[in-house]
Amino acid sequence: MTQTNPFIAALAQRGLQAVVVALIVGIVSFAMMQALPGDAAYRIAAGRYGYDMMDAASAELVRQELGLDRPFWAQLLQWLGALATFDLGQSAVYGTPVIDEIATQLGYSLLLAAGAVVVSVLIAVPMGIAAGLRPGGLVDRVSLGISILLRAIPAFALGVVLVLIFAVQLKLFPVAGFRGPQHLILPSLTLGLGLAAVSNRVVRDAVVEAMDAEWRLFARTKGLSARLTLVRHVLRNASLPVVTYVGVQMAYLIEGVVIVETVFAWPGIGHALVHAIFGRDIAMVQGTALALGLIYVALNLVIDLACRAIDPRTRAT
Amino acid sequence: MHLRSSAALVAAVFLSLSQAFADTKPVTIAAPWEVASYDVAVSGFAIQKLEILENLVDADENGVLEPGLATEWAASDDGLTWTFTLRKAVKFHDGTDFDAASAALALRRAWQQPGILEKAPITAIEAGDGTVIFSLSTPFAALPSLLAHATTIIPAPASFDTDGKPVALIGTGPFAVEKFTPPQSISVTRFEGYWGDAPEIETASYLAAGRAETRALLAESGDADIVFSLDPAGFSRLSAVDTVKTTAVPIPRVVTLKVNAAHPFLDDPRARQALSLAMNRKGIATAITRFPESVASQLFPPALNMWHNTSLSPLKHDVEAAKALLAELGWAAGEDGILVKDGDRFAVTLRTFPDRPELPLIAAALQDMWREIGIELTVDVNNYSMIPQGHQDGSLHLALYARNYGLTPDPVGTVLQDFGSAGGDWGAMGWDRPDVAEALARVAATDDEAARAADIALVTKAIQDELPLIPVVWYQHTVSVAQDLENVIIDPLQRSYGLSEMNWAK
Repeated sequence: MTQTNPFIAALAQRGLQAVVVALIVGIVSFAMMQALPGDAAYRIAAGRYGYDMMDAASAELVRQELGLDRPFWAQLLQWLGALATFDLGQSAVYGTPVIDEIATQLGYSLLLAAGAVVVSVLIAVPMGIAAGLRPGGLVDRVSLGISILLRAIPAFALGVVLVLIFAVQLKLFPVAGFRGPQHLILPSLTLGLGLAAVSNRVVRDAVVEAMDAEWRLFARTKGLSARLTLVRHVLRNASLPVVTYVGVQMAYLIEGVVIVETVFAWPGIGHALVHAIFGRDIAMVQGTALALGLIYVALNLVIDLACRAIDPRTRAT
Repeated sequence: MHLRSSAALVAAVFLSLSQAFADTKPVTIAAPWEVASYDVAVSGFAIQKLEILENLVDADENGVLEPGLATEWAASDDGLTWTFTLRKAVKFHDGTDFDAASAALALRRAWQQPGILEKAPITAIEAGDGTVIFSLSTPFAALPSLLAHATTIIPAPASFDTDGKPVALIGTGPFAVEKFTPPQSISVTRFEGYWGDAPEIETASYLAAGRAETRALLAESGDADIVFSLDPAGFSRLSAVDTVKTTAVPIPRVVTLKVNAAHPFLDDPRARQALSLAMNRKGIATAITRFPESVASQLFPPALNMWHNTSLSPLKHDVEAAKALLAELGWAAGEDGILVKDGDRFAVTLRTFPDRPELPLIAAALQDMWREIGIELTVDVNNYSMIPQGHQDGSLHLALYARNYGLTPDPVGTVLQDFGSAGGDWGAMGWDRPDVAEALARVAATDDEAARAADIALVTKAIQDELPLIPVVWYQHTVSVAQDLENVIIDPLQRSYGLSEMNWAK
């Protein structure tokens, strides 16, 4: 076996993965946009000019301007060629550089995702540990009930309820928009509660499993106090599945919060992607999908590294 | 990496927040329309309403033209040359001078883009000495009205990069862009170098909130001071809230049914009259749009002054008369109650779109109402571009949409486009009335009020009698305004939010 630094190897592997992801995402999203029914020139003109000004003449101008009458492979090759120089092109609907749009919207999405994960971790970890230490106890049963209830409420309804309570009645936080940190609280809470409803059960199960493990009995037998066993061994072992799960949640959050973004008028990337698909904004769809694909790769890398830091066994080889 | 950019974003948000705290309370406006482009051909509607960029010609809330960036205008005797004299000592937000060259540049660009100028018989736009000169191929009296349209606002030359691509929103208006976060918000501050009276409001922001529930909650909580386009539930709820006042203003937008008059089932005016007679407009206006007084008795609503023809007899609801007309045309009920003639079932498809949430509901109501007279209707809810596309390729049977006849203070440009020869993407289809097209051409060419009135009466009567478009309901613009915000003028033409006129109660 050759001696490669496993850290470098992980980086190189993920780097290669990033290039492959970029190519596949670009080609697949292009092909999917081509396969959608309807005339792209008409759809783009509709997205640009609105129903009061859009007509067949504007659609023909769009077709000429964007070269939509060229064969699809010529359009794809042009995009790939530009990508090689890190140019994502311009939004077909808005005329602005795709990279600018993504930079703004991704920033807001990451902010909201981070807020939601923080809320979720702050609720789920203490609750999950408390429930996991006494499986079947009162805390466990009550938290299970609340989790099921929260999970059953659609994020949209939960958001409106939170707004009615905290913004309209108590006037603690603003309803929607994004002018200051106070605007982040209600959307983060809406998403975070939904996430915590699942992740507190993941934490609980991980703690239950760790508490039943033979190595815990060994630690106690060798004379470690209950508190030290919990902190040094149980929580460390239990955190592996939790960290992985939080990573999965983060990925889900970045792309999957369209409805919450719309309710709170938050300029995120999910909202942007949906609008781009409706408007047949091919460059925006490709650019957004590419950014999301690369973020997954980066998230995987971060989770790998985090698990490596937590679990010494993965570092031994 | 993302932590750092998030931290930077928080910092930026804080910074803009502290900047926003000027001396007077900022005004926040919430509406459903997103703004994402620097191109006025695309987002002119939002930019014009915020008074960031201005037109050569302005209009008051009654549609009367007023001087804007042009102080006066006149046509030559033959009507083929229009000269607009520009206001002097006007500065753009970047400090550069507004002059004939910048106005001509902006208008030439607007003329080459899809927009309102494209519809006028313009052959050239040139800069004169403190003037902009339009050359036309035929007289067109409504030209000044087109220059009040959102796509003819004047951006500074610095709004474009070296390739002529729009990259900024720099205008001459009383408010300048402070921060633009596409597609959701724009913050503006008062422009101290403005040529007109200085507004009292110092800062304002616009928030695009797509969901009607969100907008109603923004109004109720006081987060937004002016909220446009409320749904019926939100409107009635807000009417009971003390901190806001709600108003509904009739606007020249009409929910109308486009009929393919070349379709074999629909080519006789009696068939279209039957469709109209079977419509319970009162029911639709009461249950769906919730303004019973907005039943469309004819195509053009009273807000369109000259075009609203009071001598027309209103469209009626009479199911038996509808059935009689169809029987006259040789249709007889088949086994399942659907009409049959020469082996053909009376089955047609209606295209509509969900961007205006009431449209699919109205379509479903029509489906039910027409079933009663034996017509089988399939509703196809799709992208609205399918309507002009269906007009072009002839595949369209019926389409339901909301048409805005108040795009310009004088609607002749839009009417000409919709009912001129060969019809229009959003107007008549397969309807052959050369006399109507000629009358409209005469209306567009003259500003002689008496001659116009006679021709307009001919056009409105022809539309009412033969129904190439079947009007359903007129629109009401629903708005809520914070109780302590004064002098808020709701513009039925939707050209301005009136930021420069309003003030906080003292």
